[in-house]
Amino acid sequence: MIQVEHLYKYFSGREVLSDISTEFEQGKCNLIIGQSGSGKTVLMKCLIGLYGIDKGSIFYDRRNIAQMGKKERNLILREMGVLFQGGALFDSMSVYENVVFPLTMFSDLSLVQKRERVDFCLQRVRLEKAHDLYPSQLSGGMKKRVAIARAIAFNPKYLFCDEPNSGLDPKTSIIIDQLIYEITQEFNTTTIINTHDMNSVMEIGDTVSFIYEGKLWWRGSNAQILQTDNEELRQFIYASRFAQEIYQKRT
Amino acid sequence: MKTLHLVGEYILLMRRVFSKPLKMSYFRKQLVENISALGLDSLLIVAIISIFMGAVLTIQTTLQTESPWIPAWTVGFVVRQSVVLEFSPTIVSLFLAGKIGSSIASEIGTMKVTEQIDALETMGINSASHLILPKIVACALANPVLVVISMFLALAGGFMVCVFTTAVPPLQYIDGLTSFFKTFDIYYALFKTFVFAIIISSISGFYGYRTEGGALEVGKASTQAVVGSSVILLLFNVILTKIFLG
Repeated sequence: MIQVEHLYKYFSGREVLSDISTEFEQGKCNLIIGQSGSGKTVLMKCLIGLYGIDKGSIFYDRRNIAQMGKKERNLILREMGVLFQGGALFDSMSVYENVVFPLTMFSDLSLVQKRERVDFCLQRVRLEKAHDLYPSQLSGGMKKRVAIARAIAFNPKYLFCDEPNSGLDPKTSIIIDQLIYEITQEFNTTTIINTHDMNSVMEIGDTVSFIYEGKLWWRGSNAQILQTDNEELRQFIYASRFAQEIYQKRT
Repeated sequence: MKTLHLVGEYILLMRRVFSKPLKMSYFRKQLVENISALGLDSLLIVAIISIFMGAVLTIQTTLQTESPWIPAWTVGFVVRQSVVLEFSPTIVSLFLAGKIGSSIASEIGTMKVTEQIDALETMGINSASHLILPKIVACALANPVLVVISMFLALAGGFMVCVFTTAVPPLQYIDGLTSFFKTFDIYYALFKTFVFAIIISSISGFYGYRTEGGALEVGKASTQAVVGSSVILLLFNVILTKIFLG
C-alpha cells in the first residue's frame, strides 16, 4: 500500500500539487484521472521518485521515502516497476536484452535462470517469439507489452503505469488494461495507473482519484463514479457530445 | 551569468558521472561497445583525412621552402613537427568532436526525450554515470590510438608524394623525419589528445543529458555539443601549448 499525506509540489514558486492525501491499495488497480495539465503526471513522478516533494510524505508500506537515505531509497526503487507512456524501451537493445536488463544489473542469477525469468515474463505478456526483435520492429501495443514484461521482471511490489493506452486503438487498449489487471491480481502488486481514458476507468478502476487543478477533487470506485454529483468530475467524464447525450438520457 | 550557470550544471553532472559503476562486468561490456562505436568506426575516415593532409602538407611545405639555402630534408622535418604537434592531436580531435560529439549528444538526447533515462532512474541506476562514463573512458582510450595511427598515415602520405613526384627525394624526406626527434613531442601530443577526448565526450554527454523537449531539441543539443566541445578544445589547445611548449 502507498499512502500520500498532505503532498505539495511547486515549480518556480507555482503550486502544482496542493495538499494531496490519498491511498493506493495493494492488489488493486488504483487509477489517477484528470485532464491534461491537472497535475496527475507530476503526482506520478513524485511517487516514482523522479521529482522531489516540497511538503508532505509518501509512505511505501509505512516506509516514509522523504526520511530515507539514498541507499534505502534505491532499495525502494528496486521494488517498483514502471511502464512509461511511450514504453521507454532501450532502442539499442533487443526485447530479450530490455527485459533481462534489471536482472543483469541487480541480481546474481545465472544466465539460465535469467533466461527462464525473461521467458516467463514475455510469455505472461503473450510475446513468446519476440526475444530477438528490436523496439523499432515492434508495434505500439507490442512495445507496451515488452515494457510491462520489463517492469515485472524483478517481481515489483509497486507497478506504475503512465498513460498505458495512449496512442493505442480501442481494442489494443482493452488488451493492455486487462493485462495490467491480471498482473495486479496475480502478483498482488499495488498498481497505480495514470490515465484520462474513461474506458480504463470503467474496465479496471478499483479505486479512482480525480485530480483537478493540482488538488484531489474526488476519490471512489468505478462503480460510484457515474453517480457522482461533483460538477468538475462530471464535466470530465461527460466531456464528449456523445457522452453528454447518454448522460442527458440517463437523467 | 548563463555561462556560469552552464559551467555549474556541467560540474554537478560530472560529479554524478565519475562514480563507481553499479556492475563492473556490465561496464566493461559497455566500454568495449563504445570503443567499437566511437573509436573503430572513426578509423577509416581518420585514415583518409590523415593520408591526404600529410600529402598536402608535404606539397605545401616543398613549395614554401624552394630555395637553394634550405636543405631538402627540412620538408620532412617541418611535416613531422606539424603532424605530431598540431595536425594529428588537434585537427583530428576537432574532426572527432564533430563525429563523436554529435553521435553522443544525439544518442543521449534521444534517450532523454523518450523517457529512457527516466526508466534508468526509476530502476535506481545513476543514469549519468551509466551512460556517459563508458563513453568518456572509451574516448580517452581510443582517441590517442587513433591519433598515433593518424601520425603514421600522415607521414606516409607525405612519403608517397615524395615517391610519386619530384617534390623531395624520398631519402631526404626520411632524413628530415628522423632529424632532431624528441620523444617529449609524442608524449605531449598524446596527453593533449587524452585531454581533448575527455572534453569532447563529457561536453557532448552534458548537452545530450540536458536535452528537454523533442526531436528539434535533440538536433539543437547535437549542434551545441559540437560547437561547445570544439571551442573548449581550441581554448585548451592554447593553454596546453603555452604550458608545455611556450
